[in-house]
Amino acid sequence: MGKERCAVIGIGQTKYASTRGDVSMAGLVREAAYRALEDAEMTWQDIDAVVLGKAPDFFEGVMMPELFLADALGCAGKPMLRVHTAGSVGGSTALVATTLVQAGIHDRVLLVGFEKQSESNAMWALSLPQPFSVSINAGAGGYFSPIIRQYMEVSQAPELIGCLVAFKDRQHALKNPYAHLHQKDLTFEQVVDSPMLWEPIRYSETCPSSDGACAMVLGNEATADAADKPVAWVQATAMRSEANNFPGRNDVSPLASRQCAQDLYRQAGIQNPRAEIDMLEMYVPFSWYEPMWLESLGFAEDGQGWRLVEDGSTQLDGGDLPVNCSGGVLSSNPIGASGTIRFAEAALQVRGLAEERQVDGVRRALGHAYGGGAQYFAMWIVGSEKP
Amino acid sequence: MSAKIPKPTALAKPVQLPERIANVEQVRSVRTPISLNYDFIPGQAAQAYLTAFGEKRILGQRSPVDGAVFVPPRGVDPRFGVATTEYVELPDKGHIGSFCVTQVPIPGRDDLELPYISAWIFLDGADIGFIGLVGECDTADCRIGMRVEAVWKDDDQIAQTAENIKWWRPTGEPDVAFDQAGGRGFAARQAARADGTGHASQPNSANPASQ
Amino acid sequence: MRDIAIVATSMVQTLAMDTDTEVEFMVPVISDVKRQVSMEAQDFGFICSGSSDFLAGQAFSFVHTLDAVGAVPPISESHVEMDGAWALYEAWVKLQLGEVDTALIYSYGKTSPGSLRDVLATQLDPYYVTPLWPDAHSLAALAARIGLESGQFTATDMAAVAARSLRNATDNPLAVRSAKTHPNLTTAENILAEAEVVPPLRELDCAIDVDGGVAVVIAAEDEARRLCDRPVWIRGIDHRIDAQNIGARDLTRSESAAKAAAQAGMANGCFNGEKLDFIEFYAPYSYQELILLSELGLIDELGLSADGSGGANGDDFINPSGGVLAGHTMMGSGLMRLAEASQRISQGKGDRALAHATSGPLLQQNLICVLEGE
Repeated sequence: MGKERCAVIGIGQTKYASTRGDVSMAGLVREAAYRALEDAEMTWQDIDAVVLGKAPDFFEGVMMPELFLADALGCAGKPMLRVHTAGSVGGSTALVATTLVQAGIHDRVLLVGFEKQSESNAMWALSLPQPFSVSINAGAGGYFSPIIRQYMEVSQAPELIGCLVAFKDRQHALKNPYAHLHQKDLTFEQVVDSPMLWEPIRYSETCPSSDGACAMVLGNEATADAADKPVAWVQATAMRSEANNFPGRNDVSPLASRQCAQDLYRQAGIQNPRAEIDMLEMYVPFSWYEPMWLESLGFAEDGQGWRLVEDGSTQLDGGDLPVNCSGGVLSSNPIGASGTIRFAEAALQVRGLAEERQVDGVRRALGHAYGGGAQYFAMWIVGSEKP
Repeated sequence: MSAKIPKPTALAKPVQLPERIANVEQVRSVRTPISLNYDFIPGQAAQAYLTAFGEKRILGQRSPVDGAVFVPPRGVDPRFGVATTEYVELPDKGHIGSFCVTQVPIPGRDDLELPYISAWIFLDGADIGFIGLVGECDTADCRIGMRVEAVWKDDDQIAQTAENIKWWRPTGEPDVAFDQAGGRGFAARQAARADGTGHASQPNSANPASQ
Repeated sequence: MRDIAIVATSMVQTLAMDTDTEVEFMVPVISDVKRQVSMEAQDFGFICSGSSDFLAGQAFSFVHTLDAVGAVPPISESHVEMDGAWALYEAWVKLQLGEVDTALIYSYGKTSPGSLRDVLATQLDPYYVTPLWPDAHSLAALAARIGLESGQFTATDMAAVAARSLRNATDNPLAVRSAKTHPNLTTAENILAEAEVVPPLRELDCAIDVDGGVAVVIAAEDEARRLCDRPVWIRGIDHRIDAQNIGARDLTRSESAAKAAAQAGMANGCFNGEKLDFIEFYAPYSYQELILLSELGLIDELGLSADGSGGANGDDFINPSGGVLAGHTMMGSGLMRLAEASQRISQGKGDRALAHATSGPLLQQNLICVLEGE
């Protein structure tokens, strides 16, 4: 049987902030969901099923919070799924929802990714004492820093490439009203001078910890064709996972990342991603991951990704391959939603609704998320034309 | 919130509280302390590892598929999902696969002076790295490929815990070349094993039951 | 819809995995199904798992368990923080696309390190309910009392369910509680003589929490026939959720179970007009089985007595495995119901079965799957 076409019809985001103390968890997800429904010109009654994604439950201290959120998301009597694939979860959530539409199970699916890190203590959640290992790794920065150090050694990239990425994404964030960080007066020198936390990672090269939710309404072809506003057609989807620590693993450019991208391009009929994809929303929680993923995803030769950063190709202003026009994870990081935001921002660009952060004439955009020890990958390509 | 973002229409109407509680101070947050106790068991592989570690010996496990050595052992070769049952004893020497100079304190580790170096230690004969602290080394001198050895705690502080090694210190031996350091050296080690010349890095079999 | 079948299953369950980690006890389970279909991890079109960090007491716990799969080279994979039955649902949807033909699904739960009764209190509304710290048995007792006092069922009905579970579990190697462990409690009368531990619940009204894991392989159409002699076809599958609010729900009902059953093709206790040969319910409390029977229309339409005997159908009609009262693997028991039903059908002990999975407090979320032998 044939695969149904699927499109993004509505998108809704909350304002991202370190503490959204004005809303409960239920209020937070409803805020995003309502905006997505309004964008799609739908009501709760139009939704057939809901897919919720978020990262570890310990971040809020609620086990399987989709259960108590079912009511807030209008799920009573409907199917509800809860996805958790580590940091890539926001992307995986969109892919599970896409599959429900493509398989012809549902006509219209609401998906929501969220995290309310302020309601618990993420540092505590990540360092719950485990009696059989030594705890000397301070959070994700301590994990990814040695990998970034290897990339710097292999690529011989100039030392300040990471700072260029961080400064660029913070500039982009100024054009995105939803972004957590709005650092209007930030200078490149301040990024360079910010303290080293996990050398070679500076404070300004790391992501914030945010509260927030991002929702999308996906619809089948008939629903999308009837929509008043432009839609973004899902042209390709892929997920890949690999083990965390195994002999000979390439942890700078994991095979799972490369294969996931190749699968995506095969589905979308893309030969040359650099030429055929107009913009990217990539999961870059530490600045150096922008050049690393550009290589892994095939936008640059191995060891050359940093050149796209250096020559400004990835800037919204004047670049030919703008990356993270939303400000990226470096400017907003509600973990469970961070992947959803990447996927949603890619769709917004295709729909031409990204306002101040809009890239001209986006026909195809790629949304990307990763998680775990850079071992879980979720990606999609959305476009203005039907697949 | 940002004035630029209008509220969703459905949420735009202000909440109307009943008259009699309209002036009551609002609850801004609720604090619910959660305490759950878990009694962990280490599992078979970690049990053997910790028992040996309590005798200042380091145990790994060998893959039944291609002989690759895992330390600490977890009872499985994650590449194939097959159980690993053969134990091998490894030397307390190796090299740094990569490292991080950390300026961030860790909850519960007040003993760590900042900055400290955490590194992926690849023991001689092991094919994956594990996290260790590097000591007796200036942060500027630490390098990928640098040879290190364990500095054990004093005998009266050794126990069946993961914390018996105080840190890893430079041995002063020549570095392992970058392209052979860490995971990058695996292919060469496998080739050496295959043609029998891998003597220098070939660990001896050990039986955890002999303890 | 594409025809999709269960073609391999493997399970492990014991009171407490006191020497093995989750990875260590899942390696043999996953290896077993891979061996049954002669496939490696990379040969499956899709892999999906279900588990909970709150059981492991560790964030990202499922990342470690991925080591049991053999995910090198990379696999196409996803994870739900739900019972494995929903992981199977996700995989079933994936196979409907027609792009891949096989999927490996697994789930597991190790509750022995903590107290599940208390851990489950964190599933409730964190602002209004969890701070009161109601444990799972106490909530179930509230609901059971409503059922008893409204006359929907009697204490004898509940005891009969528990007694039948012990009888049916006798030959189930995965059962931790059975007539072997409780030889004097195989009748409702004897159970009623036992003390109530959380009134009105007796010990045997409550599932016994254990450690375990399950792996299942599903395959589409010809691929299913190629991989095993008697594929067990998924004829209907659906899942629904109710609002959680315990004060607002009618706790003597499970509307989501009724709706899921209807969507899966059930009506008046029959599937497309055909009678079922047996049912595997995931009912962690005896009274919940009675509610589920009622929601499925089985009590009324089949003239089935609610005395636990399965009426004219005999003991084996309901939970021939003994169900989760005989051993409850949190996050695994739902997928295990599907695996139990599938095994029984493939052994020729029935042609058509309903398997049920639940999640959340007091039957909040339910999945119904109708299985048929080739």
